Amino acid sequence: MGEVLFFVAGMGAVAGAIGVVIMRNPFYSVLALVSHLLSLAALFLLLRAEFIAAAQVIVYAGAVMVLYVFVVAYVGGQDEPIGPRAGAGLKAISAVFGAALFVELCIATLGSGLQLIDTPGTPVGASFGSPAEIGTLLLTKFLLSFEIASFLLLIAAVGAVVLARRRGGVSAAEEQARYSAMDVLRPASTGTMAEAVGARHTLPEATVTTTPEEAEDAPTGGRDR
Amino acid sequence: MTSLELFAWLTLLFPLAGCVALALAGRSLPGRGPGWVGTGALALSFASAVGALLALLAEDHEHRQAVAVAWDYADSVGIDAQLSLLVDPLSVFMIVVVSGVSMLIHLYSISYLDSDRGYVRFFAYLNYFVFSMLLLVLAGNFLVLIIGWAFVGAASYLLISFWYRRTTATGAGIKAFIINVLGDVGLVLGTFFIFRHVGTLDFVGAFENAREEFSRGDADLTAGLILLLVGAFAKSAQIPLHTWLPDAMEGPTPVSALIHAATMVTAGVYLIARMHPLFELAPTAAAVGAIIGCLTLLVAATIAIAVTDLKRVIAYSTMSQIGYMIMAVSAGAYAAGLFHLMTHAFFKALLFMAAGSVIAAMAGMQDLNRMGGFKRAMPFTFGCMVIGGLALAGVPPLSGFFSKDEILLLVGDRGGWHWILYAAGYLGAFLTGIYTFRMIFRAFLGEPVTEARELEQGHLHHAEAPTNPATGEVEDADVGFPGPEHQIAERESTMKLAMGALALLAIVGGALQIPHATHVIHDFLEPTFADSTHYASKPSKAHINRGLVIGTLVALAGIAIAYLVWVKRPQLATAARARLAPVHRLLVNKWYFDELIDALVTRPAQWFGAWAQQTFERVFVNGLLVGGTTGVVRVGSSAVRAAQTGFLRYYALLIVVGMVALAFYFLLAT
Amino acid sequence: MDIGWFLAVSALIFTIGAAGVLTRRSPLVILLCLELMLNAANLALIAFARMHGSQEGQVFALIVMVVAACEVTIGLGIIVAVNRRRLPIDVDEMQELQG
Repeated sequence: MGEVLFFVAGMGAVAGAIGVVIMRNPFYSVLALVSHLLSLAALFLLLRAEFIAAAQVIVYAGAVMVLYVFVVAYVGGQDEPIGPRAGAGLKAISAVFGAALFVELCIATLGSGLQLIDTPGTPVGASFGSPAEIGTLLLTKFLLSFEIASFLLLIAAVGAVVLARRRGGVSAAEEQARYSAMDVLRPASTGTMAEAVGARHTLPEATVTTTPEEAEDAPTGGRDR
Repeated sequence: MTSLELFAWLTLLFPLAGCVALALAGRSLPGRGPGWVGTGALALSFASAVGALLALLAEDHEHRQAVAVAWDYADSVGIDAQLSLLVDPLSVFMIVVVSGVSMLIHLYSISYLDSDRGYVRFFAYLNYFVFSMLLLVLAGNFLVLIIGWAFVGAASYLLISFWYRRTTATGAGIKAFIINVLGDVGLVLGTFFIFRHVGTLDFVGAFENAREEFSRGDADLTAGLILLLVGAFAKSAQIPLHTWLPDAMEGPTPVSALIHAATMVTAGVYLIARMHPLFELAPTAAAVGAIIGCLTLLVAATIAIAVTDLKRVIAYSTMSQIGYMIMAVSAGAYAAGLFHLMTHAFFKALLFMAAGSVIAAMAGMQDLNRMGGFKRAMPFTFGCMVIGGLALAGVPPLSGFFSKDEILLLVGDRGGWHWILYAAGYLGAFLTGIYTFRMIFRAFLGEPVTEARELEQGHLHHAEAPTNPATGEVEDADVGFPGPEHQIAERESTMKLAMGALALLAIVGGALQIPHATHVIHDFLEPTFADSTHYASKPSKAHINRGLVIGTLVALAGIAIAYLVWVKRPQLATAARARLAPVHRLLVNKWYFDELIDALVTRPAQWFGAWAQQTFERVFVNGLLVGGTTGVVRVGSSAVRAAQTGFLRYYALLIVVGMVALAFYFLLAT
Repeated sequence: MDIGWFLAVSALIFTIGAAGVLTRRSPLVILLCLELMLNAANLALIAFARMHGSQEGQVFALIVMVVAACEVTIGLGIIVAVNRRRLPIDVDEMQELQG
């Protein structure tokens, strides 16, 4: 019974993964990832990690993927831009190295001489993987990581808020209605490496502001060079 | 320290102290104070020199030599370098002459350079020069000799370009310095050649070892001595390193008197005399010296007949007389050569001083063509000039006659090919008479020029605009030097005192070494030259008498011809110049030595410099070496830069590639 | 099932994720593929935890999930900001780091 479940979940996971990579429309990729995550949760259950499986479904598939869906909806599920930029050779090399990576990983794990590879694992008690056990570990042995993780979450939240802030003056040339003081105080360069090297001499689309925070977070891409 | 050594050190240190005192505090002294300080230092130095002389005479014959060591400079790698002085008859003779004549010239300069803005600087430099010359002469080893040699060259440069606002003066100073440096190179290389064999820098030790180390006519020794001779020739203005001396007349007249008549140019003579044990072991080198001396003697005398600048006539005369001295000491007539050095110092300094007086009367003009008839206006100067001229021409009973005669006597006595030198010497004496009295007659006899007439009325001519006497261009009057005022001997007692003393010495100085009668110099210098093979040679009486007679006749003949051509029948001069125009051109252009040196040395050097800058520097160094390395770096960095594509996916690929490679490596390693 | 199977699945998913990161041009999808890789690592961790019978691997996987969540937040924030700039959402266009 376990094997059947394994194969079903396993194929679901792999299919979802392949779907993420192959699908043109990013929306479909997100959906493929969601199915992949659910299959992975099933695999976790098979490995006696109940709490993790639940967390995976609730947090990952539930929250993170929903965020993804929102962003894809906002950004626009535009199809992948066509036109080879650096695509052609890259695909071939990626395939080669991907295959090589797979082979190596298999050798690394399966051929490593770990004795318990070929067994279902050490016998464990009934409460293995239960929330109580995980919780105990989190609050005793891994307390530091727990606290730092929460700190990390705080930083991420703040960062998200900052990134998502809408500042005045962000507009394309034809939309600039009025000048603000920022127009005068704007720095002459953003300090990108291209400017430093001399490939670019001015701000791209000079009216676009680069306030300090945005400058360091968003790469100012440009069409001209 | 014995009293002899003490006096030697004092002789050396007084001028140095004078120089330092003047340099530091000279400006605070009013009026002619710095001049008196400088002269006082020299007077003390002269007194110490006389003290050294007396101390030396108090010793008995064998012990008339002392080596005074102050400290060791270095004593490693087999070089014993000490600050040591060798006090023996030769050096004492030299310091007495040098300090005495220098003292008189300082006295003269007190008034001559009054009103010059560089008064303090002048006396400081002059004291420094005397210190250097004394150091050179008192040197006890090659090292101190070279130090003194170099100092003297530096002092000469400082003093020649004393009026440094004049480009002619600075150019002359540079020319003198460069030729002197060439001599320095020869001196140092020659020292190495000799040191390599004798193993010590000390003179006494070197000469002792030389007799064992070198066989007669040794090639190394000859080469080393010829290099030393290069140094001597550069310093003493012998052909072909003589071109700096006429240009050195750009310096003030006392400088010409001191450096280019009495002291610096005699350093070469001193050098050869000091190195006589080595020269006697290498007859070839000695022959080179004698021949060059003879050549210079004749060439300079011929040029002096044609030049028109008063000081340059005297300069060429100096060159010629030094030629006599070099010829003498190279041929073994040491006492005679040094005796002539002494008498020459007297009458040449006197001639320069008188010339300075005349130039002052002409308000700075030095052109003989514009002078004339100063006899009545400047009787004292005229008298001094005549005395100096007679001594120079070699008319008995003045000192110049005896000294020059002695030289030729002993040179002729050597026999063999030296007869040529003997004959050339008398020819030179004949020419000497001609040019000396040409100068005197043109300047003092004949129709008085305006300046002379003004002076007769008691008014010293004052130039409206200061001009450069060499080029005639008008100079900026605000510079301050040369001073706007000019002093002539008739009005200044210090000048009269100095000139009078020298005139007296020029007249009676010959008494020291009259043939058949006195031989004071010869006896005095004997301890130094005791090891010489030629020193004790005595010419035959017939030879001596023959020399005396010929000398007198030749000198008087020269004077007579000068009188004839330039006083009695002046049209002879112009006629001769027209008929012998090519010869005259050759002489006026100083036998084209300057042009020769320009073509042989200066032009190639300039061409090389231009080539080095345009081709070598630009193409090779800048382009290849500098540009090459930067180019390599640039190419390398652009190659590396190619990896910075900016494509995110390339970077990700690189990460994956790296990861795969690492895993592969670890898989293989296990 | 033997643990080895789970590890093989994990390796496969990781490789697929890596290939996706290298191949796709939209940063959104690249981030999704990154998630794939993280999940694959999670699976490996859980499998080893089961193998050793210790729960430390699971705690590790939990923390990895936290990190993944934070990273997604920021990454999506960047994409949103880029999109607000009217710039094309294409990693190949963002080349300012070119040397």
